[in-house]
Amino acid sequence: MATPKEMLTTWDKIQFGAVLPSFEDPEKKIRSKFHSYNYKVADWRVEKPVYNRDLCIDCDFCWVACPDSCFEVEEVVNKRGKKQAKIVGINYNLCKGCGVCVDVCPTPIKSLLMFPEQIDNQEALNQWPKKEDK
Amino acid sequence: MKNIGNLKEFACTPDRFQGGHRLCPGCAHSMIVREVVNATDDDLVVSTATGCLEVCTSIYPYTSWDVSWIHIGFENAAAAISGVEAMYNALSRKDRLYNEDRKVKFVAFGGDGGTYDIGFQSLSGATERGHDFLYVCLDNENYANTGGQRSSATPIGAHTSTTPRGRVSYGEKQRKKDLTMIMAAHGCPYVATAVPGTKHWKDLAQKAAKALSTVGPTFINALSPCTTEWKFKPEETVEIADLAVETCAFPLYEIEDGHKLTITYRPKQKIPIEEYLGRQGRFAHLFKPENKWVIEEWQKNVDAYWEYLQRREEAGV
Repeated sequence: MATPKEMLTTWDKIQFGAVLPSFEDPEKKIRSKFHSYNYKVADWRVEKPVYNRDLCIDCDFCWVACPDSCFEVEEVVNKRGKKQAKIVGINYNLCKGCGVCVDVCPTPIKSLLMFPEQIDNQEALNQWPKKEDK
Repeated sequence: MKNIGNLKEFACTPDRFQGGHRLCPGCAHSMIVREVVNATDDDLVVSTATGCLEVCTSIYPYTSWDVSWIHIGFENAAAAISGVEAMYNALSRKDRLYNEDRKVKFVAFGGDGGTYDIGFQSLSGATERGHDFLYVCLDNENYANTGGQRSSATPIGAHTSTTPRGRVSYGEKQRKKDLTMIMAAHGCPYVATAVPGTKHWKDLAQKAAKALSTVGPTFINALSPCTTEWKFKPEETVEIADLAVETCAFPLYEIEDGHKLTITYRPKQKIPIEEYLGRQGRFAHLFKPENKWVIEEWQKNVDAYWEYLQRREEAGV
């Protein structure tokens, strides 16, 4: 990944009608170095969301509500033969730690929770609140 | 028209608006934009008026858009997109299109400053000329990009940097301009209001798909809660947007052919407006005893407007 400094030219070297191509290869969907997908906004956040695969019901609410498109989905075919999106994980390069995903998560014990940035993901999963026995 | 199924199917669409942009954490702009650009399978040409969205998604040398995108001034997003559409039609008449099999749709995004105030002349002109495009207004009720000045979308009582609260002032003095009805009066084939979020995502996506498949100028007014200037916590964006609908401060409806109004969502029980105002820091001063009358005025306006919408839907004119 090129640093912004390498890519940035001065204002007098920008050509008129310059185009920033989003894709290196549009057919294979390979994103170019000009795409903000390859930029890191990770240093904006103080707390990070941690995703718990075991509790997730794949409602995709977090996907539609995430302002930064950080939820990576994978297309799978369900039992009825319909395609559906399965949440795979969070792209921590793009996440700004706003917490919208935790707010919209509908499961009884949230499958997304905010943890301090320095905690390891596995450690966070061990600290997850357990279901109360009645 | 793309069939918007359930959310699980919708999430399979390849994202055409990616992250890595520099919008504030919890900004609703990107939620709306993603749903609109994903609501069609056709190719898109997007023009964006100057504003938060334009500034944050296209910081040189990065772009967040997977679709063709034009940067344009504050006042002429609609003029630019109507020019592109006219050019496309001219080329297709002369059989000089790059790829004839693929359909192209035209979308313009503008903030409320670029739509309600500065860009209104070009939007009105493009609508009057009858170009085939969709204009989406991302309405965050102030000039958020330049530090939160008032715009004509700012509702009564709101604290902004040019209508500050104080000992004498209670904030913005004027009521919000009803742009959706003004656009309907232009005779647009399709005009609608929408909010982002999880509860009304399908409403927004369906409206976008319908607007994109309609021939002629179409307009969507989308409420975009602004975490920085409305002064609430970033994670509450979706809750605030839902509250705006539940209190009928921002009712969801659509108008076809300039007159046929349909209310697309009716709250089961209308919540008092204090719930919506109390969650936002910009209305905190309204809860002082001397400013109570502004809240009463709010409630009165909201009730009257909701009543008007229902009557108009019943009448069907």
